[in-house]
Amino acid sequence: MEVCGGQTHSIIKSGLDQLLPKEINLVHGPGCPVCVTPLELIDKAIALASRRDVIFTSFGDMLRVPGSSSDLFAVKAAGGDVRILYSPLDSLKIARENPDKTVVFFGIGFETTAPPNAMAVVQAQVQGINNFAMLVSHVTVPAAIIALMESPDVKVDGFLAAGHVCTVMGYWEYEPLAQKYKIPIVVTGFEPVDIVHGILKCVRQLEGDRYYVENAYARSVIREGNRPAQAVIQRVFELCDRPWRGIGVIPQSGYRLRPEFAEFDAELRFPEIQSIETKESDLCISGLVLQGRKKPHECMAFGKECTPQTPLGATMVSTEGACAAYYRYGRYADANRRIDGDKWLKNPI
Amino acid sequence: MCLGIPGKVIELFEVNGMKMAKIDFSGVVKEACMEYLPEIKVGDYTLIHVGFGLSILDEKEALETMQLLNQIAAME
Amino acid sequence: MAEKPNLIGWTCPRPLQNYPTIVLGHGSGGKMMADLIQHLFSPAFENDLLGQMNDSTTLDLTETFQSIPSNRLAFTTDSFVVSPLFFPGGNIGELAIFGTINDLAMSGAKPLFLSAGFILEEGLPMEMLGKIVNSMAVACKFGGVKIAAGDTKVVNRGHGDGLYINTSGIGVIPDGINISAKYARPGDVVLINGSVGDHGMAIMSVRSGLEFETAIKSDTAPLNGLVDSMLEVTHEIHCLRDATRGGLAAVLNELATASNVGIEFDEKAVPILPEVNAACEMLGLDPFYIANEGKFVVVMPEAKAEEVLFVMRKHPYGKDAAIIGKVVENHPGLVTARTSIGGMRVVDLPAGELLPRIC
Repeated sequence: MEVCGGQTHSIIKSGLDQLLPKEINLVHGPGCPVCVTPLELIDKAIALASRRDVIFTSFGDMLRVPGSSSDLFAVKAAGGDVRILYSPLDSLKIARENPDKTVVFFGIGFETTAPPNAMAVVQAQVQGINNFAMLVSHVTVPAAIIALMESPDVKVDGFLAAGHVCTVMGYWEYEPLAQKYKIPIVVTGFEPVDIVHGILKCVRQLEGDRYYVENAYARSVIREGNRPAQAVIQRVFELCDRPWRGIGVIPQSGYRLRPEFAEFDAELRFPEIQSIETKESDLCISGLVLQGRKKPHECMAFGKECTPQTPLGATMVSTEGACAAYYRYGRYADANRRIDGDKWLKNPI
Repeated sequence: MCLGIPGKVIELFEVNGMKMAKIDFSGVVKEACMEYLPEIKVGDYTLIHVGFGLSILDEKEALETMQLLNQIAAME
Repeated sequence: MAEKPNLIGWTCPRPLQNYPTIVLGHGSGGKMMADLIQHLFSPAFENDLLGQMNDSTTLDLTETFQSIPSNRLAFTTDSFVVSPLFFPGGNIGELAIFGTINDLAMSGAKPLFLSAGFILEEGLPMEMLGKIVNSMAVACKFGGVKIAAGDTKVVNRGHGDGLYINTSGIGVIPDGINISAKYARPGDVVLINGSVGDHGMAIMSVRSGLEFETAIKSDTAPLNGLVDSMLEVTHEIHCLRDATRGGLAAVLNELATASNVGIEFDEKAVPILPEVNAACEMLGLDPFYIANEGKFVVVMPEAKAEEVLFVMRKHPYGKDAAIIGKVVENHPGLVTARTSIGGMRVVDLPAGELLPRIC
């Protein structure tokens, strides 16, 4: 299983999974913050973005993720001030330029994005910017791996750990997991050559009956990770239980703002959003897909009610979402089947 | 959370007390925050994610990866 | 583009200097509008056709049909709403002229006449309008077309992004030329006249919130001269399509669907400037989906493709031309690409507006 959505994207974009020997099956993990952001948070984001006194800022990935009945893109189209940012620090610039509005930043991501997001909060405090708040939805990888390994339905033989998460956090946290679950964990990068390198190391361990943490992304990752970045994460955030969309609550799998930074917590500043009710689509099984327990084409709505243009869940919206990928390849298989009749053309699905 | 690309530090400066740098990505130049890389110097390569440097790329390791890439290219 | 003359210096004529910005009166048909036409639009676009000064312009095509055997006209329209109005390598005015010239050229037509409709937002600086209109005039001369009809309206502040332009165009399709999206056939090859993604990334580089420093410039250019030189080699060109919104991926998908064929291309064969590639990586965008304003796809039988490629490469707007793929019988309606590592991926139509990613 490759944990990180960026790795999934690279695999699909390069067609790497089709070039691997058939004995190796890549299961796409839940390492996509777009996919696992809980539905209620999307709805809260939409509620905030719809307010006239709010400028809602976010990374581009989140704009098309479906909420219960809308998405941020639709809010923007209806006149909401929704802006895409490159860096969380840009929110502060916008806040300074618009003193009569509150800038709310959608703080999503894994541990990689936590230090940048944390710095925005620290700087807001240091520079005295009080019209800034963050809607926090951070998730962490180790807890997710534990949850996956504890689930009886998940059958994974090795993990490709997220290279950029490990750039920040190091990989010492994974050592006890490799030992406990007797499973190789290889820190892997994102270029196709990096992913192949990671898979190779994993396979070698499996063939040698070994299980430990190995680093296949040494040009960016060291065992301790980035200490200054970890220090700021510790200063601003604390671990908490987090719901993962489609999976459920995973204990100690997320970050929330510490009490000292409560003034920057969007949920406290706008308490009315805390009572938002959500309704997940009855048809969407993205949670099972994210855990590798079901394949996208096993979903009743796949290709019918749910397509990249009309997505029911995040795995169809996100460019690395398993459902979106299957949709594209599924159409390919169909198109070839049509002209070949009974004879199947060689294709990977 | 995943998209991080390497770039070269061409200038270091300060903004609001934060260490910042101009990063050159093959001819495209953008600013990034270097607060998490106190030892970074001009000329170093760094991995940038959402406008922040998160690691200084190890040249020796990078060269090894390049060699792998070249091996692949040679096979085609 | 080195060949296009550059016009930056335009000074506001006396009668318009009282109005440093556009006001509603400039669109209401009275003296102010007459002044605007007389001192800004007319001097720029001056020609015998506009000089007719009637509600509609009479176009006498006798001479045209004498020199170009034909009984078919090509007709197109496009509206231009780009923001910001000025960007590295061009402005909305140039886009409006070259864009419509190119749409005509993509039918194999010789572009002749354009109309230009302006929707001005109250508050638009006069100097900005003057510069844009004058670069349109230069673009017309460069592209060999005349503005034969025009219109101006003014909308309230807050309703217009500064300026919207609509241009419609008429051209003549010579006998013997039959180009259509429906004519791609298995066995044809696919070419492109140069690097992709330049225009879209030039715009992105000045887009608020995502700006970056770069030398990337828009590739906006008139392609009719290049198309003419290709047609001189052979009339056996099946499809021409410019890769504007949605980029290369959109065009290939449109052709595959219209002709009900499959298209396969090689990612490594598509020219991309290293800077454009770097900018796309930085923002998490795919260069095959980024808009172009001076690039087009050619689908033609393999037989004369090398000859056409040679001629393209001699032209300033085709110097990086390349054969990038082929038309196949398999997977009709779908486009696939051989990836950089030799894998295969399906290249779908873009889902919607392209958004930068972090993930």
